[in-house]
Amino acid sequence: MSNIITVKDMCLWYGEHQALKDINIDIPSKSITAFIGPSGCGKSTFLKSLNRMNDLIPSVKITGDVKYNGKNIFGSSVDVNELRREIGMVFQKPNPFPMSIYDNVAYGPRTHGVKSKAKLDDIVEQSLKDAAIWEEVKDRLKKNALGLSGGQQQRLCIARALAVKPAVLLMDEPTSALDPISTSKIEELTIKLKENYTIIMVTHNMQQAVRISDQTAFFLLGELVEYGNTETLFSTPKDKRTEDYITGRFG
Amino acid sequence: MQNSKISKARKAYISIMKALMWLSVAVTCSLVAFLIIYVFVKGIPNISWGLLSEKPSYLSGKIGILPDILNTVYIVIATLLIVLPIGVGAAIYLTEYAQNKKLVNIIEYAAETLSGIPSIIYGLVGMLFFCQFLNMKTSLLAGALTLVIMNLPTIMRTTQESLKTVPQSYREGAFGLGAGKWRVIHTVVLPGCVDGIITGCILSVGRILGESAALLFTAGFAHALNGIIDGLSSSGCTLTVALYVYAKEQGEFGIAFAIAAILMILTLIINLSAMLVEKYFRKRRNV
Repeated sequence: MSNIITVKDMCLWYGEHQALKDINIDIPSKSITAFIGPSGCGKSTFLKSLNRMNDLIPSVKITGDVKYNGKNIFGSSVDVNELRREIGMVFQKPNPFPMSIYDNVAYGPRTHGVKSKAKLDDIVEQSLKDAAIWEEVKDRLKKNALGLSGGQQQRLCIARALAVKPAVLLMDEPTSALDPISTSKIEELTIKLKENYTIIMVTHNMQQAVRISDQTAFFLLGELVEYGNTETLFSTPKDKRTEDYITGRFG
Repeated sequence: MQNSKISKARKAYISIMKALMWLSVAVTCSLVAFLIIYVFVKGIPNISWGLLSEKPSYLSGKIGILPDILNTVYIVIATLLIVLPIGVGAAIYLTEYAQNKKLVNIIEYAAETLSGIPSIIYGLVGMLFFCQFLNMKTSLLAGALTLVIMNLPTIMRTTQESLKTVPQSYREGAFGLGAGKWRVIHTVVLPGCVDGIITGCILSVGRILGESAALLFTAGFAHALNGIIDGLSSSGCTLTVALYVYAKEQGEFGIAFAIAAILMILTLIINLSAMLVEKYFRKRRNV
């Protein structure tokens, strides 16, 4: 398995405060990587750096190397909009746009220049099917997306992200605002999606990491403490801090 | 015993306060009711089809306010056409693009101060700058431009406030799909705050309708019947200015009251439509 994202000695500051310290990590393609750690450990910040969503915060400063398919994502020749098309994102709280279900999914393709109605129809149908929500919404594509339940909204957001044909999907605690049934639907979905996509997921829920991820990275106070095969990390953690965290001594 | 004394005093105090509150409510309501009824009673009998559909003639001594109605419409259209793009554009820049928060605060503070200045001062500046310095003479366009300056803060601030109510998560969602800044703004952010912009517009229309001081100096007093293009470049009287002219210079109080009644009805219609528009958009946003 080749590595789609490689990070070398990355540091990140919010103004004077250093939020990430010397992160080194290689993320294999077509697998699920989980980021765990207590609140404020930097895992979400790190996730958002991977498609440069942190650019939106003016005080952020980043050093080190983040390579996507061998290319530095902070390089001057990188088109950040194209980068975000290839590295899509699903947020903690479902955030469909206040427009129809169809328009939500078609938003990305339209942004990137798809105009033909037939082609858009195809993309919308396929994306909704891939996100396992087609059956529930196929009769109400023109209805406002805000009328869906929370779990449906989150799957719609996944469909919306898939519609631009990304290679990587960043998921920032995608189930933390959902009920258990919606959560298990999304977990099943991610396992299915890893056949075609690389998934990186921040989660607060360690059982979730065990259930679905192939690799797990444990973050603490801005450092990447331990990273490896999920089973190994949870059964025989190398670092004392990892062991303390996964056995529930803090966090 | 002492307890009941206190409670008696308290009871008296409560009933006096209650009576005072009732009194103030009664005064406020009866003032408003009196004003409305007085204007309608005095004005409505003077409204006739002839008044609404003709222009005045000194030869026949006829009075008609059609030119004034049209002038009012022209000045509203011209002002909105100019003030909307500038005000909304400024609001978008200040809320979405500007990085220097200190400067933005200063501009917002200045805009708020500007909207509190007496309108006669706008009239004076408009006369000196548009009519004389830019040589537009007294014309509806000069009047409209003066009203643009007057209404710019309103449009800008209401747009800004409604831009701020669009959830950050919509912007993040769109950026996350690889949309550029301008695309995010015009496809996700602006549609989310159309109601705010429309509310600002309607407030401004109300202000334009009611404005006379700023127009006395700049737009002039002519009652000629013009199309919009000719109308803008020539002197023209709006309804409120006409009210002033008929009452103060010609002693035609009946006509003045008729105009007042028409203005009042227009204001009522505008406020109602503002309410309906806001309701409609709120409903649409919440499904």
